[in-house]
Amino acid sequence: MAYALQQLVNGITLGMIYGLIAVGYTMVYGIIGMINFAHGDVFMVGAFVGIIVLTALTGVTSVPMGILAALILSAGVCALYGFSIERVAYRPLRGSFRLAPLISAIGMSILLENYVQTSQGALERAIPVAVPGGFVLMNENGFVVQLSWMQIAIVVVTLVTLGIFTYIVTKTPLGRSMRAVEQDAKMAALLGIDTNRTISYTFIIGSALAAVAGVMFLLYYGVIDFYIGFNAGIKAFTAAVLGGIGSLPGAVLGGLLIGLIEAFWSGYATVAYKDVAVYSILAIVLMFMPTGLLGRNDIEKV
Amino acid sequence: MRHLADNIKDSLIVGGVAFLLFGPFLGLQLTDGTNGNLALATRPVLLAIAVGLSIAARFLLLLWQDHRATRVPAVKLAAAVTKSGKYVAPALLIFAITLPLIPGIDNSYVDLGVLIMTYVMLGWGLNIVVGLAGLLDLGYVAFYAVGAYSFALLSHYFNFTFWECLPLCGILAAAWGIFLGFPVLRLRGDYLAIVTLAFGEIIRLVITNWVSLTGGPNGIYDIPHPTLFGLTFDMAGGPGTVSNFFHIDPDPSQRTTYLYYIILALALLTNWVTLRLRRQPLGRAWEALREDEIACRSLGINLRNTKLTAFAIGAMFGGFAGCFFATRQAFISPDSFTFIESATVLAIVVLGGAGSQLGVALAAIVMIGVPALLQDLQIYRMLIFGIALVTIMVVRPRGFISTRTPSVSLGKAKIISSDMISEGHG
Repeated sequence: MAYALQQLVNGITLGMIYGLIAVGYTMVYGIIGMINFAHGDVFMVGAFVGIIVLTALTGVTSVPMGILAALILSAGVCALYGFSIERVAYRPLRGSFRLAPLISAIGMSILLENYVQTSQGALERAIPVAVPGGFVLMNENGFVVQLSWMQIAIVVVTLVTLGIFTYIVTKTPLGRSMRAVEQDAKMAALLGIDTNRTISYTFIIGSALAAVAGVMFLLYYGVIDFYIGFNAGIKAFTAAVLGGIGSLPGAVLGGLLIGLIEAFWSGYATVAYKDVAVYSILAIVLMFMPTGLLGRNDIEKV
Repeated sequence: MRHLADNIKDSLIVGGVAFLLFGPFLGLQLTDGTNGNLALATRPVLLAIAVGLSIAARFLLLLWQDHRATRVPAVKLAAAVTKSGKYVAPALLIFAITLPLIPGIDNSYVDLGVLIMTYVMLGWGLNIVVGLAGLLDLGYVAFYAVGAYSFALLSHYFNFTFWECLPLCGILAAAWGIFLGFPVLRLRGDYLAIVTLAFGEIIRLVITNWVSLTGGPNGIYDIPHPTLFGLTFDMAGGPGTVSNFFHIDPDPSQRTTYLYYIILALALLTNWVTLRLRRQPLGRAWEALREDEIACRSLGINLRNTKLTAFAIGAMFGGFAGCFFATRQAFISPDSFTFIESATVLAIVVLGGAGSQLGVALAAIVMIGVPALLQDLQIYRMLIFGIALVTIMVVRPRGFISTRTPSVSLGKAKIISSDMISEGHG
């Protein structure tokens, strides 16, 4: 019981991080219908900006202020990365052959990974635990279920970020134009919405969310390298597909499910096969629900 | 026509963006500080160079765009490329056949030829799935891995030779193609893409973790090299070796040349089968499936069989290539079968102009040959590869050969632009 509770806590924390990245995937997919393979690497860039800011501010400010600064700066830099990536690699290919932006995105992903590797080195970089401690949820026959402050912070920051994001999408004019472009880009353009600008904002927001996830990942695990984007990206994309790509609540739900599957599989079966479990469940779910859990079933007109 | 002042302003804005983008990564560097903590070093010169280059690149790009806008856009480049294709393909074939026979050619070039031909073959194999049937497969490396590990395990545990295993590897990979194809029959577009990617990762992870069977991350050593009618290519030159039989001095280039002709034959087999199938009902069904799945179904084409045969035949050639890879390397480990391999092969297919056999071959030469020649720039090799992928895609989104000759036509077959060819949704 206690063990299961601990896995639940760990799974939710991990799932929140996946969910944040998955939102970026699903938004871009919803609006321009492409798999943004570089998104996982934007997450990695976010983690690196975070570690650089934290290193620069060590001893200058208090720890909470440092973390806040890392979050804001990382989100800003990554937003700029998202914007530039879209401008350079995807915008010239809009309306072209479906596979062209996919290959361009794969190229961008390879580019970002190797750019960080060559500029910051291939070594793993570690930071000391920023916020140690936590509180004990349960003590069962000596097995202590711990909820660390960091886990609470991750869940809180994720929920706040998702709250701001939901507000933007549902209440603001920008969110309205994003939803309009998602439904029908041509019609939205006819009605006076600047689709190019809306798409740019989509990338900016998605990348900022990935940056927040990156800093959270850095603080939670304490160790990053240039390769973390690949695995996290694939997992988050799996989460987006599992939840039904294009659906924002689906992305968060998918992220949580993937996090929980990983945590429970590692806890009760073998750690080595946790990714196999995630991918197998994805395949099985899609076999029976080909558009994911919350995805819309596209009706194809002939 | 934009004015110079506008161009300069635009370039300076790009410079500002570049400063913010490169600042944290090129301007600063994480280093090991005292007592295990990290420290930061600054690299202002590098940052200045990067920003300067960005400004210059943007400015030149704008100038070029102005120049292009004023020029008459009547360049029939595509038609010229297609016309010369008639001569390029036979010329390339003759060059490919005679490459190892060029007097005094360095063994390393023949070896590079082997590598390129492997990717040409993989590209042609994946082309069946992506280019002809329009099914987006991001896990093609799974079948390559199945082929390689089938041969490695059969030779390791049962002492099978290369020539015994080659057909078996193809059959096993095709069986996996069908096995993995079944669950994805109902999936379309990117759902299909992600599940194929997941299968690729599952196979790699199982190979990595099933240490008792596959040796895990350590891989399998001492996979036998292929023999020529029972003769080996041993450097020692004892009885039963090629050098002894033909009374020539043993030389490593003999084995490389032999491997080269094996992979050339395998690749040409793939090409021949693809070209023949395109004219047969099966190939026509693939292309119909790519163009319109619903129309295809309403005309009575069996979608299940059509999709599964595309997966199976594509996988079979992947399996052959994997078997060859294992025998060439004599050592395989899961590291050779990562997603980046699938992405590279897919990039070759798309860059070639999905569906074009000649385009795939040209793309393989460019994407594999050029980085291999940049050995001195080892650490920048993948960086350049990434930049090249993005640049080529932006400049030529339809790939090198962006025209097609329809497989079937009424009257004379006219060359059409690939904009008129659908990319499939399955």
